[in-house]
Amino acid sequence: MPSATYAGTTVAVDDEGFFEDPNAWTEAMAPEIARQAGIEELTEQHWRVIKFMRTEYAEKGTGPTVRVLGKTSGVSVKELYQLFPKGPAKTAALIAGIPKPRGCI
Amino acid sequence: MSDPIEKVSIVVSKGSLEGVYPALIMANGARAEGIEANLFFTFFGLDAVNKARCAHIKVATVGNPGLHLASLVGVIPGVSWLMTRYMGHKMDKLDIPPIPEFIEMIGDTGAGLYGCKASCDLFGLSQDDLVAQVKDIITVGEFYEMSAGGQIIFT
Repeated sequence: MPSATYAGTTVAVDDEGFFEDPNAWTEAMAPEIARQAGIEELTEQHWRVIKFMRTEYAEKGTGPTVRVLGKTSGVSVKELYQLFPKGPAKTAALIAGIPKPRGCI
Repeated sequence: MSDPIEKVSIVVSKGSLEGVYPALIMANGARAEGIEANLFFTFFGLDAVNKARCAHIKVATVGNPGLHLASLVGVIPGVSWLMTRYMGHKMDKLDIPPIPEFIEMIGDTGAGLYGCKASCDLFGLSQDDLVAQVKDIITVGEFYEMSAGGQIIFT
């Protein structure tokens, strides 16, 4: 199983870099994961989305899709793509240490 | 592992509900994966971005064996409307947006939406007749230019 080291801690990840165990994630790891995903600095709005991803995952067992994020996170679809150009739901899930959201819409 | 897809150009040529949705879902899904996406609306596919028609896209109830509905029933006035409503309810439950809202969302993802010049000439449509998300009316040559380096999907 592949692993990655963030903030000095080694964690198990899948082939795409998503955390195998979301409980192994800490906030201190996020900036490092973000940089690897091409986001140099996490702004307040980035954090808003990342925290929303974690809350949704904790409640529903799956991360929200972009459509759901746009409707419920308080951040519009347009801004989501500005924050996470390589795919908002996918990148935010990666940085938030939760599995990749599955959904077609 | 083979190289990931980085860019897609999707041609929407049909104006039925089942002709339009797959293209929209593929374009939206591409953007969600961080893939660059362009949509090119041609022939009856233009209905999906035609201000006057995009909210009235219907399921084909004739010549659509997948519906398992006798063709004779399909021709009865109102049947297409009814099937479209039924599908709409089912899609709403799955949080699949209606076409006008979907088009708006796809525009927000940063995908490029374009009308086909030959088709617009044919139907007498100008940019004013199309929804705001359509960036331009372009020729087939411009479409190929824009699609360079990516995959082209025809629906």
